[in-house]
Amino acid sequence: MTIPFPMSLLAELTHRCPLQCPYCSNPLALENVRNELPTDVWMRVLDEAADLGVLQAHFSGGEPMARKDLPELVRRAAKAGLYVNLITSGILLDEASFIPLVDAGVDHVQLSFQDVTPEGADLIGGMKNAQARKLEAARVIVAQGVPLTLNFVVHRLNVERIPQMFDLAEELGARRVEIAHTQYYGWGLKNRATLLPTRAQLEQSERDVAAARARFGAEMAIDFVTPDYYADEPKPCMGGWGRRFINISPSGRVLPCHAAETIPGVSFPTVLEDGLESIWTKSDLFNRFRGVDWMPEPCRACDRREEDWGGCRCQALALLGDAGATDPVCRRSPDRSRIDAAIAESADAPLTYRRMSNHKTQ
Amino acid sequence: MMSADLEARVPGFLRGVRLQRDRVRDQWIVQAPERAFIVDPVAASILQRVDGNATLAAIIDALASDYDAPRDLIARDVIDMVEDLAARQILVCKS
Ligand code: SF4
Ligand code: SF4
Repeated sequence: MTIPFPMSLLAELTHRCPLQCPYCSNPLALENVRNELPTDVWMRVLDEAADLGVLQAHFSGGEPMARKDLPELVRRAAKAGLYVNLITSGILLDEASFIPLVDAGVDHVQLSFQDVTPEGADLIGGMKNAQARKLEAARVIVAQGVPLTLNFVVHRLNVERIPQMFDLAEELGARRVEIAHTQYYGWGLKNRATLLPTRAQLEQSERDVAAARARFGAEMAIDFVTPDYYADEPKPCMGGWGRRFINISPSGRVLPCHAAETIPGVSFPTVLEDGLESIWTKSDLFNRFRGVDWMPEPCRACDRREEDWGGCRCQALALLGDAGATDPVCRRSPDRSRIDAAIAESADAPLTYRRMSNHKTQ
Repeated sequence: MMSADLEARVPGFLRGVRLQRDRVRDQWIVQAPERAFIVDPVAASILQRVDGNATLAAIIDALASDYDAPRDLIARDVIDMVEDLAARQILVCKS
């Protein structure tokens, strides 16, 4: 099997974040600031990523702007020829903190909003008055001329406000909008009963997005991620294991996807011990589910095996206890009943916020 | 529009979009927010001349002499491509 060159690097610089979204894609066991990689190691990793074929670097977290050395890292990435995307909550973004990033070469900003109403935003972010700061952040970004994407994670509590989300994007001058249904791993899985939308809500969200596409045409790029629980086939998680993405955790673990740290019985390669190319091409972790040879039935004989790559490994692990199983979202999986049971179970329950204290280490 | 008006326009990349050499895969690509796509060598030779200053007329002249090809033919290709890319939020045209 020839190993493709990776396209994107997701650099999770820190797990620190002023918000506590109950669907955060960070692992339940959040990394302590003491374990974060130092600046010089990130510099080396950015150069190695560019040499390996990575085209775009996504600086995320947690909140990447919590790292004081962010302008230096952006500068290095830009110098290496990487397209620099900043994925931020906007809470720490004002003119004073943003202009150095623009000077350093930020190409694009993806700003997350938890809702369109201040009350809804406070409920999800777990922080008072976050909305006003985000609106101000959007104005600063647009005033600097940097292209802006608004990202909305939608779920049962806010999905009905999709039309207003597009209004807000238009008003703020965003060029792209992402409407992403919550994915149920990690923190999202903990809160699944409260967050999972009903089928009627999902269908309404599809109509709302279609209406926005018709309204804006080419003026606004729209990305829509549906919740795979209601689909018949899984999504190709990360475009296939070890095919497009490299994810690096705050402490330097190199992962095929941000949830891969939950897989038991593998050693996680780290940039402190090995170079990126060797990890990408030779490590057990990246080769474990690469291609189609590892697949069980029914994937092995399925004509979609090179389209969805058997779905998400972390979802198979979280729901079935086996990262090597067919994603249970698939109608052909013997375990699809687990997903249908979860849909039947959803109810209004209190949210568990993303906080270190809300996760007991086993 | 008359063709002279069409050619007086000045194409430029939208902020956040650029043409770049992908040295690892040995090809030209356009980088844009959340996507990168391959451009074929012909498109790349046009886009390499897009600098926010050169008019379409100047770009067409340069290509016609580089490729020693009929100007009409080149003009049509260039204008079609630029209009397509403008509709896709890659280029903008100032008149
Ligand atoms: S999802 Fe919310 S809590 Fe998690 S990193 Fe993003 S903004 Fe912070
Ligand atoms: S059987 Fe496997 S490859 Fe086929 S659609 Fe389902 S998950 Fe995808």
